[in-house]
Amino acid sequence: MTITETRPRAVAPDIRVVRRRLGPGRRIPYAFWAGPVLLLAVWSAGSATGLISPAILTAPWDVVVAFGEQWTDHDLLGNILSSLQRAALGLSFGVAAGGVLAVVSGLSRLGESIIDGPIQIKRSVPTLALIPLFIAWFGIGQEMKIVTIALISMVPIYVHTHNGLRGIDGRYAELAETIGIGRREFVRHIVLPGALPGFLLGMRFAVTSSLLGLVVVEQYNATAGIGHMITLAEQYGQTDVIVVGLVIYGVFGYCADSAVRLIGRKVLAWRRTLED
Amino acid sequence: MATDPRGLITEPAVRVRDLRRSFSESGGVLNGLDLDIAAGEFVALIGRSGTGKSTLLRALAGLDRDVAGSGRIAVPAKVSVVFQDSRLLPWRRILDNVVLGLRDPGAAARGQQALSEVGLQGRERSWPFQLSGGEQQRAALARSLVREPQLLLADEPFGALDALTRIRMHALLRKLCEAHRPAVLLVTHDVDEAIVLADRVIVLDAGVVRADVQVAGRSPEELRTFLLEELGVTR
Ligand SMILES: Nc1ncnc2c1ncn2[C@@H]1O[C@H](COP(=O)(O)OP(=O)(O)OP(=O)(O)O)[C@@H](O)[C@H]1O
Ligand SMILES: [Mg+2]
Repeated sequence: MTITETRPRAVAPDIRVVRRRLGPGRRIPYAFWAGPVLLLAVWSAGSATGLISPAILTAPWDVVVAFGEQWTDHDLLGNILSSLQRAALGLSFGVAAGGVLAVVSGLSRLGESIIDGPIQIKRSVPTLALIPLFIAWFGIGQEMKIVTIALISMVPIYVHTHNGLRGIDGRYAELAETIGIGRREFVRHIVLPGALPGFLLGMRFAVTSSLLGLVVVEQYNATAGIGHMITLAEQYGQTDVIVVGLVIYGVFGYCADSAVRLIGRKVLAWRRTLED
Repeated sequence: MATDPRGLITEPAVRVRDLRRSFSESGGVLNGLDLDIAAGEFVALIGRSGTGKSTLLRALAGLDRDVAGSGRIAVPAKVSVVFQDSRLLPWRRILDNVVLGLRDPGAAARGQQALSEVGLQGRERSWPFQLSGGEQQRAALARSLVREPQLLLADEPFGALDALTRIRMHALLRKLCEAHRPAVLLVTHDVDEAIVLADRVIVLDAGVVRADVQVAGRSPEELRTFLLEELGVTR
């Protein structure tokens, strides 16, 4: 008997033990589009077979035709840009205010006692119910619209950022204390990155809230914007144009939400979660 | 009182007098503890689980403001702590963790130097989750050393390491301590580790110092037997 014989016989290469995966698994390429495309397919099929009558919901191809008409005859692009500008302005103010308030109230007990209460009260009053008041204060112009959108998108940013901030592991604060860094660096190196996941979640809500606000405020005395277009179409009974508006809102919302998630994946590369 | 090599009396780097700390759940943990550590001295602290070693370390690090107690503590201005967990910020790359909060222009270079001293050169841009447990612990050690502390407090820093890495880390720590000469208080469960590393070994029991022995001038075997007896391990 020789020593070589006692070695394990070479088996087929690359055999491994793999545990059953409990998480959602790997990312599927283009999965991003699958849901919306499926939705479109169902809609098309329903309209083609007559299951969805045009009185209930315009067929996709008629929506495309209406879209073309609006584009050439009624300055659809102008409407879209005007709506986007409103939403973006309101959202930026709301996000900035929500983020700053969340950090202040998250880091100081005094700040919390002053800020947190009013925001919780504000949460329970629907912003849309405040519109009459804002009209009295700011008139029916652009200002009122931007303030409304800002307020509506501030709340989710505040709530989720605050929650994320307070959820940061206290041991990191302890570490910061032992290496003797100041408040500003503590905020920069520990508070902001630690609260970022919460902030991004808040951002997803804020983006959709801002569109919600857009729909409502554009019904008041707007001369341009998707909401204005829908209001006019409603008066003239043009269902197809209304659906064009709704589709545009949907596309806005979906793209904005996807953008936030994509950014989230990039800036949260330090995390290992079920997302990856 | 501690003496320097020439026999002169020096001010201790750490001076603790009549230190008491208690928790409402577990009662008195430190019960009138006295401790001096000379500048540059390496002291190992051993004791059974739950005798208050971490409580003492946290008191020295100034991390126990919410704990009831009394007593006097004097520590140097620059204190650095190595925790039992590496406590690297998960959202900062390794080098950024090491130089966290340092603002002088040479910080990045010194951080790289410290990383290569602990054998982590080339891993500057890694995320903490990409490092093994021992590597994370070494990065944490680099983070402490780069600050050139006058007092280094370490709470079982090598608890999670394998035997071989541990030996390498012992040599590394001794070398680094000889180069930078901080006073060191190192908590460990390992009597041999205490003997290998320290100038002096302290046994904590029931919240007071039960034994306090110099390592120099005794055989490791004799020390080992003595310390194990003091810990209550009779053979
Ligand atoms: N935050 C706390 N609240 C209540 N009791 C505590 C707290 N921290 C420590 N204790 C108690 O104080 C005692 C000493 O704890 P300490 O962590 O100092 O022990 P230790 O000597 O470090 O033990 P080990 O070797 O297991 O780490 C223990 O009985 C522990 O339960
Ligand atoms: Mg402990």
